[in-house]
Amino acid sequence: MGAMKDFVKSLFLTELLKGMTVTGRYFFARKITVQYPEEKTPQGFRFRGLHALRRYPNGEERCISCKLCEAVCPAMAITIEGAAREDGSRRTTRYDIDLTKCIFCGFCEEACPVDAIVETRVFEYHGEKRGDLYYTKQMLLANGDRYEAQIAADRALDAKYR
Amino acid sequence: MEAQVLQFIQPLAGPLWGWVEPVWPLLWTLLKIVAILAPVVAAVAYLPYFERKVIAYMHVRIGPNRVGPFGLLQPIADALKLMFKEVIVPTKASKALYILGPIMGLAPALIAWAVIPFDTGLVLANIDAGVLYLLAISSIGVYGIIISGWASNSKYAFIGAMRATAQMVSYEISMGMALIVVLMVSNSLNLSAIVMAQGKGTFANMGLGLLSWNWLPLLPMFMVYLISGVAETNRAPFDVVEGESEIVAGHMIEYSGMAFALFFLAEYANMILISAMVSIFFLGGWLSPVGFLPDSVWWLIAKISVILFLFLWFRATFPRYRYDQIMRLGWKVFLPLCFLWIVVVGVWMMSPLNIWK
Repeated sequence: MGAMKDFVKSLFLTELLKGMTVTGRYFFARKITVQYPEEKTPQGFRFRGLHALRRYPNGEERCISCKLCEAVCPAMAITIEGAAREDGSRRTTRYDIDLTKCIFCGFCEEACPVDAIVETRVFEYHGEKRGDLYYTKQMLLANGDRYEAQIAADRALDAKYR
Repeated sequence: MEAQVLQFIQPLAGPLWGWVEPVWPLLWTLLKIVAILAPVVAAVAYLPYFERKVIAYMHVRIGPNRVGPFGLLQPIADALKLMFKEVIVPTKASKALYILGPIMGLAPALIAWAVIPFDTGLVLANIDAGVLYLLAISSIGVYGIIISGWASNSKYAFIGAMRATAQMVSYEISMGMALIVVLMVSNSLNLSAIVMAQGKGTFANMGLGLLSWNWLPLLPMFMVYLISGVAETNRAPFDVVEGESEIVAGHMIEYSGMAFALFFLAEYANMILISAMVSIFFLGGWLSPVGFLPDSVWWLIAKISVILFLFLWFRATFPRYRYDQIMRLGWKVFLPLCFLWIVVVGVWMMSPLNIWK
């Protein structure tokens, strides 16, 4: 009896027709495409995009060259060299992130004891050569200066969950 | 129609007519060919665009909409891109055959239009063996595939070509067998006569031509022919030939630029041709579905469009068949079904219930 039923089912292509009704219905469904340059999907305040190095309000850079981010980085994208400054505080002489290696996991941000290295919401950056995506300390600090308002606002939103 | 054109051209040519007259029959044939092929080629160019749109809509996407209004210039952009690419000939390929392959793929799909009737008397070559011609020409398309697969001198292209050839040859048989039933009921090999034969009967006299077309009394053959047509053009769900997950592009794998574009065009030209054949053999060609509307070529175009939409709908819906399942369907299901239906229709025609008198 089961075999009979299967035979009739396959003879009249019922399952194929069912499939076609599904796709036929979606043909008229509302389209969900987000047309990127004009429209954008909403971002969360924890969005992990381009990196930035932050400063304190008085202009002093936050990074104390503890190298926790370098240690935690799973892609080994961060390279840090530190030395004592004239005033005796420990600072980085070199802080490079190779964005071609970075996997945007956010561990550097998590590891940082002084909230110096952060990931911003910026994701629309590009490089024309490989080297363009190798971000040095100056470039990262410039990013921080440029997006500080947004970064600070995002940190404030996240603070209560920490 | 020729007389009207002559009336217009003779005064225009003036004294030069003496020069034109000896070659006029040739010129007139060429004009007719252009008049048929230009719309076909335009349709071939825009079919991929509609395919992308229709499939996108079924995926709840929008599809191409960046090049020109609604993306309507997309085919032109694609064509330009392909034209400016280099046609790479592999070092160890057989050069002449390698170039001949895509040409032999596209040419039959265009040649076949010679016998397709668009309206009463509106056909390039109204030959009595039209169906035979179509079957012969569509078989030549297989040569383009096997030649290109062989000439590429690549095992993947060759495997793809073998698959394509085996599949097309198998399904050609069930297509031919389905056509035999159509020939039996319409009593002619002439395509115009086949269409006209569908315009009479009880329902047609009641003003419901729609129900007297071949698709209803020959419904199983209609299904066999339609599905075989999809398989014959190597379209999804029978597109193991270019199965992306196994052998990438099959026999086209070594081709680039315009040579690849020719395969692409051939596939779509074949789709349109198969749709036209389905419309003529089973859906009454240019005949109007209801009595109060006049017959016209627009009905044929509408029917072709509906079948083409079905092709795209199939592709958006069904997963690809396994190769042995394709062969099973062709040889063990369709072919016996066709043989059975030939006998059934034969008995039907001999019985007092014959509706095709």
